Amino acid sequence: MTDLTTLTLAEARDRLKSRAISSREIAAAHLEAIERGAGLNAFVAVTADKALRMAEASDARLARNEAGPLEGLPIGVKDLYATKGVHTQACSHILDGFKPPYESTVTTNLWRDGAVMLGKLNMDEFAMGSSNETSYYGPVASPWLPPNWSRDRARAAALSSEKRGLLTPGGSSGGSASAVAARLCLAATASDTGGSIRQPAAFTGIVGIKPTYGRCSRYGMVAFASSLDQAGPLARTVRDAAIMLRSMAGPDPKDSTCSPSPVPDYEAAVGRSVKGMKIGVPKEYRLEGMSSEIDALWARGAEWLRAAGASIVDVSLPHTPYALPAYYIVAPAEASSNLARYDGVRYGLREPGGDIAELYEKTRARGFGTEVRRRLMIGTYVLSAGYYDAYYVRAQKIRTLIKRDFERAFADGVDAILTPATPSAAFGIGEKSSDNPVEMYLNDIFTVTVNMAGLPGLVAPAGLSSDGLPLGLQLIGRPFDEETLFALGATIEQSAGPMALPEPWWS
Amino acid sequence: MATDRASAKLIKGATGDWEVIVGLEVHAQVTSRSKLFSAASTAFGGEPNSHVSLVDAAMPGMLPVINRECVAQAVRTGLGLKARINRRSTFDRKNYFYPDLPQGYQISQYKSPIVGEGEIHVDLTPDHSIRIGIERLHLEQDAGKSLHDQSPTMSFVDLNRSGVALMEIVSRPDMRSAEEAKAYVSKLRTLLRYIGSSDGDMEKGNLRADVNVSVRRPGAALGTRCEIKNVNSIRFIGQAIETEARRQIALIEDGGVVEQETRLFDPARGETRSLRSKEEAHDYRYFPDPDLLPLELDEALIEALAADLPELPDAKRARFMGDYGLSPYDASILVAERETADFFEDAVNQGGAKRDAKAVANWLMGDVAAQANTQGVAVIDAGLSAASLASLVDLIGEGVISGKIAKDLLVRLFADDRGADPRALVEAHGLRQVTDVGAIDSAVDAVIASNPDKAAQAKTKPGMLGWFVGQVMKSTGGKANPQAVSDALKKRLGV
Amino acid sequence: MSVDLNTVRRIAHLARIAVSEAEIPRLQGEINAILKFVEALDAVDVDGVEPMTSVVPMRLPMRDDVVADGDIAPLVLANAPLTEDGFFVVPKVIE
Ligand SMILES: [Mg+2]
Ligand SMILES: [Zn+2]
Repeated sequence: MTDLTTLTLAEARDRLKSRAISSREIAAAHLEAIERGAGLNAFVAVTADKALRMAEASDARLARNEAGPLEGLPIGVKDLYATKGVHTQACSHILDGFKPPYESTVTTNLWRDGAVMLGKLNMDEFAMGSSNETSYYGPVASPWLPPNWSRDRARAAALSSEKRGLLTPGGSSGGSASAVAARLCLAATASDTGGSIRQPAAFTGIVGIKPTYGRCSRYGMVAFASSLDQAGPLARTVRDAAIMLRSMAGPDPKDSTCSPSPVPDYEAAVGRSVKGMKIGVPKEYRLEGMSSEIDALWARGAEWLRAAGASIVDVSLPHTPYALPAYYIVAPAEASSNLARYDGVRYGLREPGGDIAELYEKTRARGFGTEVRRRLMIGTYVLSAGYYDAYYVRAQKIRTLIKRDFERAFADGVDAILTPATPSAAFGIGEKSSDNPVEMYLNDIFTVTVNMAGLPGLVAPAGLSSDGLPLGLQLIGRPFDEETLFALGATIEQSAGPMALPEPWWS
Repeated sequence: MATDRASAKLIKGATGDWEVIVGLEVHAQVTSRSKLFSAASTAFGGEPNSHVSLVDAAMPGMLPVINRECVAQAVRTGLGLKARINRRSTFDRKNYFYPDLPQGYQISQYKSPIVGEGEIHVDLTPDHSIRIGIERLHLEQDAGKSLHDQSPTMSFVDLNRSGVALMEIVSRPDMRSAEEAKAYVSKLRTLLRYIGSSDGDMEKGNLRADVNVSVRRPGAALGTRCEIKNVNSIRFIGQAIETEARRQIALIEDGGVVEQETRLFDPARGETRSLRSKEEAHDYRYFPDPDLLPLELDEALIEALAADLPELPDAKRARFMGDYGLSPYDASILVAERETADFFEDAVNQGGAKRDAKAVANWLMGDVAAQANTQGVAVIDAGLSAASLASLVDLIGEGVISGKIAKDLLVRLFADDRGADPRALVEAHGLRQVTDVGAIDSAVDAVIASNPDKAAQAKTKPGMLGWFVGQVMKSTGGKANPQAVSDALKKRLGV
Repeated sequence: MSVDLNTVRRIAHLARIAVSEAEIPRLQGEINAILKFVEALDAVDVDGVEPMTSVVPMRLPMRDDVVADGDIAPLVLANAPLTEDGFFVVPKVIE
């Protein structure tokens, strides 16, 4: 019989419904895959017993024909989501041993619909990073082999904690992306503040969507930058992503910024015709010095959509170049306030101190990693007396301008906007120096505008680079028009043809 | 502006007169069942950390959701202060680290508060009232409590108050003496209690004031102010202002300069002292709370809240003077507590019959208030019903009893005959005053007969009449009608 | 704009993060690299532009005033490094 971990979420769902397989079987198969894939360091906590118990309960419901939309499907959860009584640390040392007495709304919705939790997934500390190298639990390896590396060389590298030379799955949702691409889970929850769902999706050849701000509740998600954070899924197909998002999304009285509007059946949009749709191609995303293969990929994507009956038009989003700098003011500013609660008093790490100030300073110095400390200091600075208007207020004004750019394009009848997902394919772990942080920040250049404007953005795999690494394309939609993105994403997915995921060299 | 009002008394310094300038930031706990951004109880006391939700404890991923009633209370108060209600206000984060501030920031309204400019009229004497400008009123979260006396080396943190809604009411620096500041706070407290937006209970810390004090030569430019934090009784507010003003004057007269700083009033030592060293200068890094959206209020809501407001102290006072002919002084006393005012009107209008309001007020503020005082309770809880007070006043009016008897009657009503009907008591104890002419005449004759020489003097010294009246009253056990007695005496003595 | 060493010390203290004298120059370099990067924003004309206050065009939802939470002290204290008699405990805070 086929390896149950190679099924898509949709396939597994249908086989469970028809009782061809049991939830316990498929959960067990994935738990085994997780064990074999330990070298990837994708999971920071595996909840095997819980998974099997949940699976058995799902089998019982399936037997009674009380199956929910995700009944019995084993998934992974980013460590950012509070899961009751289970390891929840946003991969930070400062949340050492924290086990929340509550459950996030997004995961609550997933369990309500029958999903089975395999464990918690590695990520950049507090979602601050683009390579999963800032995690207190160490870097995550991508299942994709570095160009002309042997399986043995990769297996050896995977045994070391540094994983030097292996490819990063991107970040901050690196554990989620690696686990989904390596078939350690059928799908995973992720989160996206500046590109943390879409860049990892592009790097690992899978599908990710950051829905409209307010589509998913932020209740129980460890906050990074409240006005930018949004939950979303990572999955191996557009259909799987649609199925996941439908369950994750929805109104929540516990989040004042969560939209009360009902959630449509996203899966129904998959396969819907894109004929007559108007797709914008923004010239500002064509950076000088951008690799020709990214350019070619972009053109190919436009071609596929045209072939499917959509029309391609040039659009201008003039403030695009300012999105990333503005982001690096707004996000750290909000983070510097959101992370003030980690003070060693009520939970997590506490470093003893002679007085309270010393306790705070030692605890936060030891508990936060380099990148987080750096961003907290930047955020503190841009909000401090005398600099607030010059930095924070100015950045928020520019955010208004960025939003207006998109509104104008959509007002001109554009249904969605097509851009590259990343300026390059995945890079190696330890490749980017940490003494100039900006180098790493540039990874989010194409994705961050979407968070600044609160729009939905979907990344689908569109091909391979010259050295055989996955590349993705991004589709940006109108607020709360995720359906159009799923329709277009499915078209790209189909035109690009099935992406052969890497052979499991790690096991 | 240099003020010449009586209440704005100047302070004599070694080098001349000084004027004290006072502005207050009053923190009043909003009356609501649950907290401003969480559904935990606001109940006073309770086991440590028992009135705490995961939001109040700032657990990771917890988010604020605002309490509709707290917003309504702020709007009601704004209307009571004749203030501008801002149709759009925003919530900001005030960032600082402190163990009883779990989030590491206080959610407050820094840039655009829910209530703008308003005013309040404060009566200093029956015929002298001043207008104090209100700068703003905003909603914010209270902090938890740190107990420092439980251990020599540790502080204990209780978050029960963390997240309870406060209204910060900021006045203009319009006060010119401790008296004015004290009068302002008690008037504000009365207003809040009328509206029901805060119980103003200072014992429980539900009303605290940050007092801004500066001094200047009369008419000169404003001096540097110091903020005295968290003064929690009206008496202390007065003392703190006096103490701080004298400190500043002495400092300046010794050639020193006042540093703008936060200070603490120590009632025991009768001094104010600096609270935070300057290197700890705060930088609160205010910015709009991204977990919340701007608060927008529509006309309908504001109109509905305005329509439901009770009659407020100033209007009630004016009406009492107009409808009942009370003096400004009596009216002010009666409206100070809404319950007393209601009791008064109830008594005046018992049985539809509109009786002598002045008399009711006098009894209420006199013997009844005195009784309540000795019992240590509010006038309305002294044990006398509005109906009893009414019939007491009626009995005097009808000439059934004298004022003297009424006083005795009142004592009984507060003691053994608590709750009894005054009319019935008069009969039961035979307290009716005697008006029968025959009986009075014989009593008069008896007194004259036994004092012939005095009777003779009376012819030339009319002043003696009073003595005779007294004698007759005594012989009749106070029950004779004084007027009838003096009439009879005049006839018999021929004066 | 760029920060000097003292500003780095000040920010670190405001953020309540202990920094050793040794790492201050490195931090200064990193922070200034980021500040240099964001200088690009000075080129934008933002006159008369409203700063973004809410990402979604939504009204602030309000809850009814009911007590539906609390009385969970054990859960509130469960993850605390140090507690006593139901209180969180910290080194003495001097007023
Ligand atoms: Mg204040
Ligand atoms: Zn305040």
